[in-house]
Amino acid sequence: MSNAAVELVDVNKWFGDFHVLKDINLTVQGGEKVVICGPSGSGKSTVVRCINRLEEHQSGTVRLDGVDLTNDQKSITAIQGAVGMVFQQFNLFPHLSVLDNLTLGPMKSLGLSRRDAETRAHHYLKRVRIPEQFDKRPAQLSGGQQQRVAIARSLCMEPKLLLFDEPTSALDPEMISEVLDVMVELAVDGMTMIVVTHEMGFARKVADQMVFMDHGEIVERGTPEAFFTAPESERCRTFLSQILQH
Amino acid sequence: MKRNVFALMSLVLLTGCSSSATWGWYVIDPRTPGGWINVKFLVSGMWNTIQISVIAALISILLGLLVALPGQSRSRGWRLINRIYVEFIRSIPLLPMLFWVFYGLPIIFKSMGLNIPIDPFWGAIITLAISDSAFTAEIYRAGIQSIARGQSEAAQTVGLNYVQTMRYVILPQAIRRILPPLANQFIYIVKMSAFASVIGMQELTRRANELVVTEYRPLEIYSLLIVEYLILVLIISAGVRWLERRMGSDERI
Repeated sequence: MSNAAVELVDVNKWFGDFHVLKDINLTVQGGEKVVICGPSGSGKSTVVRCINRLEEHQSGTVRLDGVDLTNDQKSITAIQGAVGMVFQQFNLFPHLSVLDNLTLGPMKSLGLSRRDAETRAHHYLKRVRIPEQFDKRPAQLSGGQQQRVAIARSLCMEPKLLLFDEPTSALDPEMISEVLDVMVELAVDGMTMIVVTHEMGFARKVADQMVFMDHGEIVERGTPEAFFTAPESERCRTFLSQILQH
Repeated sequence: MKRNVFALMSLVLLTGCSSSATWGWYVIDPRTPGGWINVKFLVSGMWNTIQISVIAALISILLGLLVALPGQSRSRGWRLINRIYVEFIRSIPLLPMLFWVFYGLPIIFKSMGLNIPIDPFWGAIITLAISDSAFTAEIYRAGIQSIARGQSEAAQTVGLNYVQTMRYVILPQAIRRILPPLANQFIYIVKMSAFASVIGMQELTRRANELVVTEYRPLEIYSLLIVEYLILVLIISAGVRWLERRMGSDERI
């Protein structure tokens, strides 16, 4: 039996009394692209954050490449380096140049020399199509550029899996496509991706699996064709009609 | 009405001065040989005041960080250690702590079979540093908490452990916000170092006290003492402003 890249089995999580995740089951094979959507507060970000241990779950199993994730601090650090994450608010390090943002992880965590880390950084900056901005500070870049730097920063760790938590939600409309274009390219290149987004055009283009969440549960899942043309649940239909209306 | 009260007060003061009191500024007049010797004697305490303050501040900055970090921990035990230290230390007045360190601590050392004498110099430094570290720790806490959570999360997702996250991501950003209150604490230490005079440390205040005993001119000598501290603090303030500008410009885009 080959191991799935990510496997969530009956995962439950509470924030105090609030049951954020209810019996989440999700399997993502290597190279697969999963798009998670749902109304705000549905727990979709929390699912992603449980996968890279920014959040702990209280029951159930989270498995990466067949390895159960524990709450042991050393293993958490190891996993976090191997699972890339792109945040809604970019979370670039404002006190460092773009280049230093990209080399910090590879140098301190992977032990690369500065020269190797910089070579790698320039490579991925080219890939997200902003090779010339390496010596700028994040605040000097547009939102779309910042998010592409954030993607490059994740790629510099050469992760097996890349998580996106609403990567375009904080962007001005005209900058969304430049970020999505980069994400589509990554998808085409075979990166395993779990993307929380409301960009349904992107979802249609790249998703192998659509997941709809509401109130902490996975309400519906399926291929994009089935999902968009014939959603089974009422909640999903309502949601789709709301976001596809305009 | 107000003006009348002021006039009355001035009158009382002036008549008081001119009738019964005499001025003795000669004791610190550098133009006379005796005054010059006295001024040199007073000002020579400056070096010890500076040494005590600087060393205590450096220890406090390190100790404060060591105390602050467990306060950021996820584990309750670590946070409790932080809280107990901060609440306990910052509730002890400086003077009793100074007595405890200078007169009490050597007894504890002796009972442990250690022969560690505590001289006024180190007694003062240890006291000032420990007393101040509780405040420094709180300053660090505020600075660290002011950095958005997303920063440490991003650091974790590029594989940095806790220490690396603090060192490369959080503290460099926090330091700019920490610097002004930290400078404030340094000025506080300089002023509190005057307490070291009571355990015999030959710093500014001690020198002034000793001279008052022989010259019997408290007003003039303590006035000069105040000016000495004023000059010291003004120099520190200027230095801090320079440092802030430098770090601020570093951050400017």
